[in-house]
Amino acid sequence: MVVSTPSRSGAWRGAERGGGDGGGGRITRLIPVRLRRVGLPYLLILPAVLLELLIHLVPMVIGVGMSFLKLTQFFIRNWLAAPFAGLGNYRVAVDVDSAVGAALLHSFLVTVAFTLLAVGLSWLFGMCGAVLMQRPFRGRGVLRTLFLVPYALPIYAGVITWSFMFQRDSGMINHVLVEQLHLTDEHPFWLIGGNSFASLVVVAVWRLWPFAFLVLTAGLQNIPEDLYEASAIDGASWWRQVRTITLPLLRPVNQVLVLVLFLWNFNDFNTPYVLFGKSAPREADLISIHIYQSSFVTWNFGSGAAMSVLLLLFLLLVTTVYLALTTRRRIRA
Amino acid sequence: MREPRWLPWARVIFLGLLGLFTLTPLYVMATSALKPLRDVQGDFSWIPVTVTLQPFSDMWRTVPLARYFVNSLVVASISAVASVVVAVFAAYAVSRYRFRGRRIFSVAVLSTQMFPGILFLLPLFMIFVNLGNALGVELYGSRLALIITYLTFSLPFSIWMLVGYFDSVPTALDEAAQVDGSGPIGALLRVVIPAAMPGIIAVTIYAFMTAWGEVLFASVMTDESTRTLAVGLQAYATQNDVYWNQVMAASLVVSVPVVAGFLLLQRYLVQGLTAGAVK
Repeated sequence: MVVSTPSRSGAWRGAERGGGDGGGGRITRLIPVRLRRVGLPYLLILPAVLLELLIHLVPMVIGVGMSFLKLTQFFIRNWLAAPFAGLGNYRVAVDVDSAVGAALLHSFLVTVAFTLLAVGLSWLFGMCGAVLMQRPFRGRGVLRTLFLVPYALPIYAGVITWSFMFQRDSGMINHVLVEQLHLTDEHPFWLIGGNSFASLVVVAVWRLWPFAFLVLTAGLQNIPEDLYEASAIDGASWWRQVRTITLPLLRPVNQVLVLVLFLWNFNDFNTPYVLFGKSAPREADLISIHIYQSSFVTWNFGSGAAMSVLLLLFLLLVTTVYLALTTRRRIRA
Repeated sequence: MREPRWLPWARVIFLGLLGLFTLTPLYVMATSALKPLRDVQGDFSWIPVTVTLQPFSDMWRTVPLARYFVNSLVVASISAVASVVVAVFAAYAVSRYRFRGRRIFSVAVLSTQMFPGILFLLPLFMIFVNLGNALGVELYGSRLALIITYLTFSLPFSIWMLVGYFDSVPTALDEAAQVDGSGPIGALLRVVIPAAMPGIIAVTIYAFMTAWGEVLFASVMTDESTRTLAVGLQAYATQNDVYWNQVMAASLVVSVPVVAGFLLLQRYLVQGLTAGAVK
């Protein structure tokens, strides 16, 4: 696609200059119009293509290149002078006996656990919410709008509020748990230590379940009402309708939704960064923030780039397998 | 639909709990913003003992919030408008023309969404530093770099939504315009864009929200003079004393523009998602 764009739009521009809009007979005007129909779409997508190239594809290629370099702070301004490292950065990253590799593996496992929980709960809340609000009732519109507010809030505003609520001495969570419910006598820490993982999951679900809710609500609106009416005449129960109409017809929506939720959570940087600041606790050390730290705190860009490439390969693998499995099953069904 | 007898109860209980979970932080934000500093440092209270508007005036002095606000406003507005212009042209091509590479283009653009930001953050940082060195301008840390970057973040979703909207505008309309003497671009400007205006507004607001809320690139690609709210809001928390009441007041104020925009857009967003899901 990228290769063919410049040549085609170039051909179109040449034709435009030659033909012009001005006039001539009907037959000469036909030629530029035909050429225009070929070239115009490429010219229309050109800005988008160039921008995607500049911000996404070129940096990605460079990133892969960087991962083979010994790129430390001495070479930031002149990174081509950095010595070649071969697979050295990768070897260190996957060597679980080294400190770097062990930390990366730990961070990876934390991210897997976090993603499974956050995606599962966000989807479940969104699904239950959307299905329970499928039938109109008084106040449904208002409730829908309120449910969407966490998704509408700027990430940092919502997450910083949570970090206030999780404060040990002045936070709302400990006030409820200790002073109001008397569940413990001690004020637990929520932003450091083992609890920080739970805090992270709660905040991520709070932020993302409204998105699942929004998408599934839109998906439900595409299910024809007469399907429910016909099955009700056949005496189908509510639960049976959910299982035989709602869930199967939402399948294409769910396929995309779960994938998007997975990718967002696995790559999530914003939530831990705002919640914990630059150094996330070990128990909540998500992979994005881990790579960020190993790059910008130690200024070892080569190693950070190698870890990023490994992350991308993993995401590509999971996405491909996921799409292959879910699509095939859909065809068989 | 015949509902079992327990369902209304389950609905009330489940939606009630979900509402509590969703709205409690908003309540905490709003009430804490009205408390004096000593009341947010001690034990938490649900109902403010003393109500004051002081945090809303103090927050501008503790950190240069106004500057962050203007930076965010400039970056988010320009990138939103530019993103929509680029997306309109691309979506028009995808919706109205069957050209070779059409499918690859759509898939390639959407798939950039899955790249981990951290992967191209480092190279992009290097590109801007080195490009700036080569051109003799300070690109790294500039608003321009941030605007271009954010533009591409909203682009895939904007194109995808707009294709759905443009598809719903009958082609007979723009063909009629072309018969009347407009070129394809004339048809786009005079017929398709006006007909798809709700979608274009929705996408603009979406692009604005994306830029307004971005944290990762803002944390690396800004300096003190170009810092946006996403990073600037943390300045309250890095001082020795955390002015939580001011943090909450500032969070509330920076949320208002985007939440208001989102609530206006919500209907269109659902429509757009519905249109996109049909295809």
